[in-house]
Amino acid sequence: MFRRLVIWTNIIILLILISISNVFAGEHTATADILSNSPWWVWPLVLFVVTFVLGIVAVLGGVGGGVLFVPIISGFFPFHLDFVRGAGLLVALAGALAAGPGLLKKGMAYLRLALPVALIASACAIVGAILGLALPTNVIQISLGITILGIVAIMIIARKSDYPDVKEADALSSALRITGIYYEPSTGEEVNWKIHRTPLGLALFVIIGIMAGMFGLGAGWANVPVLNLVMGAPLKVSVATSKFLLSITDTSAAWIYVNSGAVLPVIVVPSIIGIMLGSMVGVKILSKAKPASVRYIVIVLLLFAGTRALLKGFGI
Amino acid sequence: MENNNIKASEERLIYADILNKGMKIGLAILIVTFIVYLTGILNPHIPVKDLPKYWDMPVHEYLKAANIKSGWSWIGKIGEGDFINFIGIAFLAGVTIICYIRIIPIYFRKNDRVYGIIAVLEVLVLALAASGLLKVGGH
Repeated sequence: MFRRLVIWTNIIILLILISISNVFAGEHTATADILSNSPWWVWPLVLFVVTFVLGIVAVLGGVGGGVLFVPIISGFFPFHLDFVRGAGLLVALAGALAAGPGLLKKGMAYLRLALPVALIASACAIVGAILGLALPTNVIQISLGITILGIVAIMIIARKSDYPDVKEADALSSALRITGIYYEPSTGEEVNWKIHRTPLGLALFVIIGIMAGMFGLGAGWANVPVLNLVMGAPLKVSVATSKFLLSITDTSAAWIYVNSGAVLPVIVVPSIIGIMLGSMVGVKILSKAKPASVRYIVIVLLLFAGTRALLKGFGI
Repeated sequence: MENNNIKASEERLIYADILNKGMKIGLAILIVTFIVYLTGILNPHIPVKDLPKYWDMPVHEYLKAANIKSGWSWIGKIGEGDFINFIGIAFLAGVTIICYIRIIPIYFRKNDRVYGIIAVLEVLVLALAASGLLKVGGH
């Protein structure tokens, strides 16, 4: 039942997005006419509904809200990319702030792992945000489209490892004492973990930070593979620490957008409330059923949104 | 120590506690101020019916067209319905800085100087971002 509900919900989103996109493509469908001549409050209302559904889909699809928000909202709503990226960062930040306390208290997100990584990522996110606001919009649109299609490739290709084989901790992680123990309820065992390739992992967070600031995407899609596959942190620790990391990385980038004027409350607030309420509903659905098909629907949504960003960037 | 014990460390629990309270307060402010904005209790700088003229502009054009200065100038317009929303936004964007400031003395007290210094540097990075010195718009 839930599976059908989710599939139908996604089909409806796609139809809404296609209808909305016609407004900007100059095609005069009935929906397009209604939306283009509608009063101001229609767009924030549609934004709230779409972000509510995105919140559900993000939880069920195992992705962050930010990665869906920016390409979909910038591709299909009349808002300029500058404001969408500012809102995207605040949406991702609010989600990370909401999840962070629980993840820290449960012992899944680790300060010792997060702090050095966050320092690099947040400093680089500032650079990314400044670059993102300074570069021409079409350059950012094209880069965003390429990045979204790259994320789709990562989602299809990258394998995750519950417990990566780390034979020996490297010198830097040993010096920083980045190691831990957590309780795994599914096996009833305590899991000891350590990491390796720390310098390479930290270097990759330079790129992740810049991209997070530039596109306002959040960065869970990149954080988790680097923490898990490159540095060797267990998957659960990687996912939780990544979510917590966003609360720091996105804070620095969000301030640049706020101080540059790229934040419109009429876009930000409905989006934050919509995606947070949607996430809560998503978590409830997830506790009863986990439709595997949602991941494919997320991939299709991202493919659609990434292609649209590319086309917009090329002025097509 | 966080790494040697399955029990959450002092700094982790304190960080989580501040983050939890800060997020809830920030979100509550955001919702209340948005209701104030939509109900028109305070006059906005940009009338809501005019918003569609502005939201499709690049940020530097929007600032110029709406006669808005970037940076912390919103503080001076806090009595206007749209700018009052920035209290909640700034609160949400500021709570992480408070968390870091609170855990710095814990690291130094535990003689964990490296993490104490990392936390100090993070506060400096976030404070620089928040300062408005690195803003891009308004040109």
